[in-house]
Amino acid sequence: MSAVIALFQMLIFPGFLFLVLLGLTGQFVDRKLYARLQNRVGPPWYQPTADFFKLLGKESVIPEEADRRMFTLAPVFALASVIASSFYIPLWSTKPLFAFEGDLIVVLYLLLIPTLTFFLGGWYSRSVFSTLGAVRSITQLFAYEIPLLIAVLSPALLANTWSISGMTEYYASHPGRWLFNLIGFAVAMVTLLGKLEKVPFDIPEAETEIVAGSFTEYSGRFLAFFRLAIDTEAIVSASLLAAVFLPFGLALAPWLAFIVFLAKIFAILAVLALLRTVFARLRLDQMINFCWRIVAPVAFFQVLLDLVVKELLLP
Amino acid sequence: MSDHEKIMQVPVGPQHPALKEPESFMVDLRGEKIDAVRMRFGYNHRGIEKGCEQRSFTQDLYLVERICGICSYAHSTAFVQAVEEIAGLEIPRRALYIRTIVAELERIHSHLLWLGVAGHEIGFDTLLMYTWRDREQVMILLAQLTGNRVNYGLNTIGGVRRDITAEQIPSILKVVDLLEERTKYYIELAQTEETLRQRLANVGVLTREDALSLGAVGPTARASGVDRDTRRDDPYGAYGEVSFKVVTAQSCDVFGRTVVRLGELLEAYAIIRQLVKNIPDGPVLVKAPRRIPAGEAVSRYEAPRGEDVHYVRGNGTEKPERVKVRAPTLANSQAVAKMLEDGYLADLPIVIAAIDPCFSCTDRMIAVKGNGESRAMTWDEVSRYGVQFYKARGIDFSRVRLREGPAA
Repeated sequence: MSAVIALFQMLIFPGFLFLVLLGLTGQFVDRKLYARLQNRVGPPWYQPTADFFKLLGKESVIPEEADRRMFTLAPVFALASVIASSFYIPLWSTKPLFAFEGDLIVVLYLLLIPTLTFFLGGWYSRSVFSTLGAVRSITQLFAYEIPLLIAVLSPALLANTWSISGMTEYYASHPGRWLFNLIGFAVAMVTLLGKLEKVPFDIPEAETEIVAGSFTEYSGRFLAFFRLAIDTEAIVSASLLAAVFLPFGLALAPWLAFIVFLAKIFAILAVLALLRTVFARLRLDQMINFCWRIVAPVAFFQVLLDLVVKELLLP
Repeated sequence: MSDHEKIMQVPVGPQHPALKEPESFMVDLRGEKIDAVRMRFGYNHRGIEKGCEQRSFTQDLYLVERICGICSYAHSTAFVQAVEEIAGLEIPRRALYIRTIVAELERIHSHLLWLGVAGHEIGFDTLLMYTWRDREQVMILLAQLTGNRVNYGLNTIGGVRRDITAEQIPSILKVVDLLEERTKYYIELAQTEETLRQRLANVGVLTREDALSLGAVGPTARASGVDRDTRRDDPYGAYGEVSFKVVTAQSCDVFGRTVVRLGELLEAYAIIRQLVKNIPDGPVLVKAPRRIPAGEAVSRYEAPRGEDVHYVRGNGTEKPERVKVRAPTLANSQAVAKMLEDGYLADLPIVIAAIDPCFSCTDRMIAVKGNGESRAMTWDEVSRYGVQFYKARGIDFSRVRLREGPAA
């Protein structure tokens, strides 16, 4: 019986199906908000779902030059790793589906895999634009991943645990202490734009330069799964940030906590949509400079702040 | 997988999202840096110059207007000015004022369009959506004044076909006021928005010497400190009767080209206000002869993209013997290769876009025979060549009935 429940939890709620629905809703919120901020009407609520099913029905072209296996497996790996990482993130309570000491590192590792699949998928497409996009993806990864890692680890330092559920429990029992981590939250938001490849860090898929980067050769269901992976990655990353940086409202009644959780992730998505509205795309060298010269030192400052707070203020 | 020393060939065009028309830029890349660029034009040749020789002067006016979809009025006016010079017509002042008003409105819509395209090329789609929303105001106004959003069909030999009524003047001023306010906002945006400045400043540098030696025109030249504007240097229309300043910039980069175009927008609003205030009464048309006397004329016109030159030769019949169009993009295209030198691939779209290219206006065809034989092709030969060219590539146009020139 417990196996059936576990399977239900993984596949339907709060696992795969729930995340997919949330991912498509998240894409709608992002597109609609982006459109309204640009004085456009924007898509109707069912547009992301319609796009997904339309792509599933389209012909999937695999270039002759491409490595067939890598080309077709990349989207599946991207989606699978995102879904797997969600099992370790507590959504609206302090308890995730699975938890162990150190799952924070595992989640960050699993969330890195989509970017690697973008690289592999693009690299093995063997077209010029895909290769350029792939190389840009991986170059950009080195710029944002380390500040993101540092930013997410600093609340863990304060909570003295490497487990996400441990962190949420710590912050739930010490209300108000999450406020020390706001700088890290800002850093994580900026680097999340890089991770999700959104303006101003949409360099790997810059349309006017390299068509669609890694995804240039992708079509049909492979493209559909890549896009679904990106949508769910946005939700899972937002849930991670919500769990780590905004750990409040977890002790409420389950339905109320669920609403608070939705409010948190959609607020994060709204801020991301706002940020991509107001900026132009940076050049790769400018992006790397920005991440290493400004974002990384700020992230280190957050670590320092947490150490000082932990040692001096909260003995 | 060290990619930095290897040269990679990237085909930007003939079909590429950054380009609005087909043309080819073969880029040699060293990492993210551009090593060399080979440009190839000619995907858009339409045989308009040849077509003009088959049609009467009045019909040519409408054909010439279709050289460019954006600065259609520039070509139409440049052509009609040349024909009127050959015919020795004295154009009523009111007609000249109306032509100048429409010309400046066209400049406004063209520059706003450019600003949006520039925003899109650097991934700033919000700017594209905002400027194109505002551009809609001037498009609606042009439709009210002339009947069409583009290809106005306003000019005719001897004047203009439609008068501007007294009721239309307030709506012109209303649009001008609104757009002036919006343009000031964009100027503020360009000066304060950091990512915009980072992507535009010191990109696509063209020094003053290069601009002069490569023959750059229009905002591209003016942003490199070349103080040159046909509207002031060789006034046509009603430009001699209004005061305006020629906007230049010294920064020689894409940012300078943006500043020049935004400045020209403000000047255009001022010019329109003066013209509307001082527009004289009187007829808008003089009778033109059906047969234009033999003779030739060169007409210069400051189009939004730069100086547009038309050469027309009449032989005393109702058809011209030769029409030659030098579109501004042809003058600026040499400078593009210079601007791209040692740049980044990421800057290629905005550098190309910064000359505000219009490649279909530029493309011409010259048939060169191996034995050095020189001969002009006839209209029939050109159309047959076109049909065969596409047939060899699997597209059959031979069933399409080609309408020959009138009374041919």
